[in-house]
Amino acid sequence: MITSFLIDSLDRRGRIVVGLLVALALLVPAGNLLVPEGSAFHVSTYQLTLFGKYLTYALLALSVDLVWGYCGILSLGHGAFFALGGYAMGMYLMRQIGARGVYADPVLPDFMVFLNWKELPWFWHGFDMAWYALLMVILVPGLLALLFGWLSFRSRVTGVYLSIITQALTYALLLAFFRNDMGFGGNNGLTDFKDIVGFPIQAPGTRAALFAASALMLALGFVVASAVVRSKLGKVLVAIRDAESRTRFIGYRVEHYKLFVWTLSAVMAGVAGALYVPQVGIINPSEFDPAASIEAVIWVAVGGRGTLVGPLIGAVAVNFGKTWFTGALPEVWLYALGALFVVVTLFLPRGIVGLWDRVVSRRTKPAKEMDGSGRRAGEAA
Amino acid sequence: MTDKAEGSLLYLDDVSVSFDGFRAINRLSLVLEPGEMRAIIGPNGAGKTTMMDIITGKTRPDTGDVLFDGSVDLTRLDEAAIANLGIGRKFQKPTVFESHSVEDNIALALKGRRGAFATLFHRRSAAEQDRIDALLATIRLSDKRDLLAARLSHGQKQWLEIGMLLAQEPRLLLVDEPAAGMTDAETAETAILLKDIARTQSVVVVEHDMTFVRALDVKVTVLHEGSVLAEGSLDAVSANPKVIEVYLGR
Repeated sequence: MITSFLIDSLDRRGRIVVGLLVALALLVPAGNLLVPEGSAFHVSTYQLTLFGKYLTYALLALSVDLVWGYCGILSLGHGAFFALGGYAMGMYLMRQIGARGVYADPVLPDFMVFLNWKELPWFWHGFDMAWYALLMVILVPGLLALLFGWLSFRSRVTGVYLSIITQALTYALLLAFFRNDMGFGGNNGLTDFKDIVGFPIQAPGTRAALFAASALMLALGFVVASAVVRSKLGKVLVAIRDAESRTRFIGYRVEHYKLFVWTLSAVMAGVAGALYVPQVGIINPSEFDPAASIEAVIWVAVGGRGTLVGPLIGAVAVNFGKTWFTGALPEVWLYALGALFVVVTLFLPRGIVGLWDRVVSRRTKPAKEMDGSGRRAGEAA
Repeated sequence: MTDKAEGSLLYLDDVSVSFDGFRAINRLSLVLEPGEMRAIIGPNGAGKTTMMDIITGKTRPDTGDVLFDGSVDLTRLDEAAIANLGIGRKFQKPTVFESHSVEDNIALALKGRRGAFATLFHRRSAAEQDRIDALLATIRLSDKRDLLAARLSHGQKQWLEIGMLLAQEPRLLLVDEPAAGMTDAETAETAILLKDIARTQSVVVVEHDMTFVRALDVKVTVLHEGSVLAEGSLDAVSANPKVIEVYLGR
């Protein structure tokens, strides 16, 4: 039942996206490992890792869009779930270092030895096992989202107030994770990883596999998101976004719906974070920075809020721009990002995808139907 | 107290609510029989909308009893639970789901399981499709079923909202100013539609438009400053000196 439910969920555009992601998962690693250097089709390890990172950002953007674009919950703290997933993965990778650390302690990670800790804190137990770490990647962000969502949706906190407390959530975690005695490596975070499930983390084969895993996870996330959005539940979510109290008076318990999509979205963000960490090689509290969460919202706005393809395009495009700008004109980047957000908000309310739809419909329907075709009602904010 | 409520569909007794010291509803009592249609009139600020808020769970009364079906205490339930008991509400300003199609608006309102997991795996059955088609025909929007609700005219949105109300199959319909902003022809048609509905369901209509109330031809309750001023046929209450004073001023 679940598989047919997932497969039926894709429209034509969705099938193209999933097909493209699966092709990427196969071709890019092949271009890195099989095509000889010097060939026009060769993908360098640097490019592979960089693009793999973009794909994890795309999954984060997708999770933000699921709550913001379809249920009107503007989260300015989704980076918290991403970072928690990342920390769960980082803890596993730290435990894999074993005695190869600078202080050569077989159990304790270097930073604990440095802090003179004698034994592993209770919450680090189990992270030497991959299955346990993967479970935590899902459970930790999921349970935090469940608790946070239960408290705030039940009290009917909405709109700007909810956005502010999501921001406070990630900021509180930022401050907490900065502290050395929290046991997560303080401001240095977790790094110097050696292997992942027995493979050396720096090896080209491992990097290619991580890239493929990111592309496939993004494809899976996309399929799940589109199944949710196209189900009757997805229609209830949009109804909540557009007229929350009306939805209540029809008999839908709004807080349950919000809690469902919010928790699902947090789990997706956590998985994205877990794939991000082994590719960039570090996780530190800066991932909890409120600015990072706001950037994720900008990716969604640029790509097209309330479309599932948009966040993917937005995340990759904006981060590509960021990589280029911070290399070529580092001092200009923040201004460029700000300007981009202003331009998109003013002129492209439905982002790149909305612009594309408008161009296509102008070609196919030349006459009067123009107004309103690119923009749907009730989506002002 | 519950003895008096027995046999009634909706029973309000001695209900009061104040907002920041202002008594919006003041010792209001009202009884509605099963199958009855009632018009509620009153000047602005008489407490008509607040009364609807209390019945549908949006506002909790400070004191008093609000009973549905003679025994169910509505003051303890939230909006969703009250809606699922069978009380439907139409707002003063038409509120439909603008970025859904007309058909999806009806489909969302259709009586059925309301849980998150039930809707996640929900597939529309043939019976449900028939019901949707019938409702679309009733509200005369069959040819507009694929249109976004945002594209409808004001009158059509009012009708769509009535259609959504019917889709819930409520036992009691609360209808707030259904004729607001409608043309004369639309108003007349709406009156016919409501009378049609009232043959099978209980209806409470709040309205300003006296010609519309006259067209409904039902028992009228006049509210003033949060309590009942007069009750009876429209001709009887219109002749009541207290009502004339409230409406025409001193």
